[in-house]
Amino acid sequence: MAEKVLARASGRDHVAPGDIVDARVDLLYMHEMLAMALGPFGEIGVTKVWDPTKVVVTLDHWVPPPNEQIAKMHQSIREFCRKQGIARFHDVGDHGIVHQLVAERGYAQPGKLVIGSDSHTNMVGACGAFAAGVGATDVAAVMATGRLWLRTPETMDVAVEGTLGRRVYAKDLILKVIATTGDDGARYQAVEFTGPTVRGMPMNERLVLCNMTTEMGAKAGLIAADEVTREYLAHAREPFEPFGPDADAAYGKAHAFDVSDMGPQVACPSNPANVKPVEDVAGTKVDVAFLGSCTNARIEDLRLAAEILKGEKVAPGVRLIVTPASQRIYRQAMQEGLIDVFMEAGATFTSSTCGPCFGGHMGVLAANEVCISSTNRNYPGRMGSAQAQVYLASPATLAATALHGEITDPRTV
Amino acid sequence: MQTQFRGRAWVFGEDISTDHIIAGRYLGTTDPKVFAEHCLESVDPRFAKEAKPGDLIVAGPNFGCGSSREQAPLAIKHLGIAAILAPSFARIFFRNAINLALPVLECPGIEAAVKPGEEVAVDMGEGTVTAANGAVLKFRPLPPNVLEILEAGGLVPKLKRELAAKASS
Repeated sequence: MAEKVLARASGRDHVAPGDIVDARVDLLYMHEMLAMALGPFGEIGVTKVWDPTKVVVTLDHWVPPPNEQIAKMHQSIREFCRKQGIARFHDVGDHGIVHQLVAERGYAQPGKLVIGSDSHTNMVGACGAFAAGVGATDVAAVMATGRLWLRTPETMDVAVEGTLGRRVYAKDLILKVIATTGDDGARYQAVEFTGPTVRGMPMNERLVLCNMTTEMGAKAGLIAADEVTREYLAHAREPFEPFGPDADAAYGKAHAFDVSDMGPQVACPSNPANVKPVEDVAGTKVDVAFLGSCTNARIEDLRLAAEILKGEKVAPGVRLIVTPASQRIYRQAMQEGLIDVFMEAGATFTSSTCGPCFGGHMGVLAANEVCISSTNRNYPGRMGSAQAQVYLASPATLAATALHGEITDPRTV
Repeated sequence: MQTQFRGRAWVFGEDISTDHIIAGRYLGTTDPKVFAEHCLESVDPRFAKEAKPGDLIVAGPNFGCGSSREQAPLAIKHLGIAAILAPSFARIFFRNAINLALPVLECPGIEAAVKPGEEVAVDMGEGTVTAANGAVLKFRPLPPNVLEILEAGGLVPKLKRELAAKASS
């Protein structure tokens, strides 16, 4: 799939792994990194963005701004979007964590080349796009020229079969995959998820798989666009085109997983590949439970956690912080009465933001605090103090843990 | 661009993430001085204070894993580090570093061959690193398109030059 997208985007009949292509970008999306890109963009010497209709911008890392400096940063972004005529600028109030926003608004279409200003851009590859993250200078280059050089990656096939057990999810599967490959096992590669288990997954779960290919070191994570994708993108303006690998597609490495006997998994401090079955870490005391991020804070995740928390209280001493991944999800949670369930249990809500996940604001950890988190990364210092401990898990494991104040197998509650 | 240079090595382990290099709490600015001041502080607080222009970073595999924040290579660049040598780099970090004209060289075995504070000699053209004890390690030289960016002084100057040439032709 990756090779097909890059061949089309670079105007070639075909490309092979290792080929360096100069590719035309179909969609560029950015968050606050745009502020870091303004300097290099100005220096390149162009005044206009190549095509403002192919650009999406939102604010997500610090929403709403926690200090004057960030407020100023937001101001510069707002001003730039206005001057450049970027209509798809989603300001505070219409915002979301950018990957979620791009997915839910149907901006990432099958077969397209999508470039994002964030490492978890891989997530929207679940819509059948080739989506890769870059830094500020590359973003500036794309804004100036609409093009980007890319090395065609090898594709790793991750084939999944079997039925996920009760309270076992895509998050548990991807943690297992990362444990198998290591946190650089797919470095420079594209990861394609195939097999009946993936075909049977709803979009919210497919997004989790592609999201955390970043924690395998991958350049992109992809899932063929099928009927499930069509339905998810039904409201998008662009007509849906199915997109998948050719029947004779060649893969580099291949991994096969049967999930039938797999239980919930937890990534332990301080590496996303340091994964253990939940039983092995059950009983570990926690101070904070953070349900948020692009990885696992969609409406389905909130419903699931609410189902476990309903009518109960989080354990004394535990702070449960909930950050819906987008404003739309937040509102839907309110309409469904989920917020009431969470608050009755003792949770607090924040605006949709990346805040605590990257240690920015709205729930940063102190030294020696232990956190169970539905997020994607737990390197030292990721969520605040380098002496804090972060365990990554599914929303179900997180909710069960919040109730008991110690890591708990969600199948037991 | 200088392709042969010597420098004093700062040695780090494997999986040095962008959270190690510059933690999220310092990102609320665009000032590279702030990034440089806190660079790698959770791993070695001496580094940001004592690193001198021309020094080198030697590290284990998967250097720069994690986020896309360009503040990570920018912090290192701002301290004047001449190059980073590691068996492998995370992909976004690799691109970001090259775009800022900071050479990142994939050198297998380097982390075991060099001790902290030792002086090593690098030849980017030949693809060799000579350790203090005389041992020579080989690495695959950077591909031509990447060298072009380094030679131009980074992606911005490269594009600037190309666009100017296009405008005048």
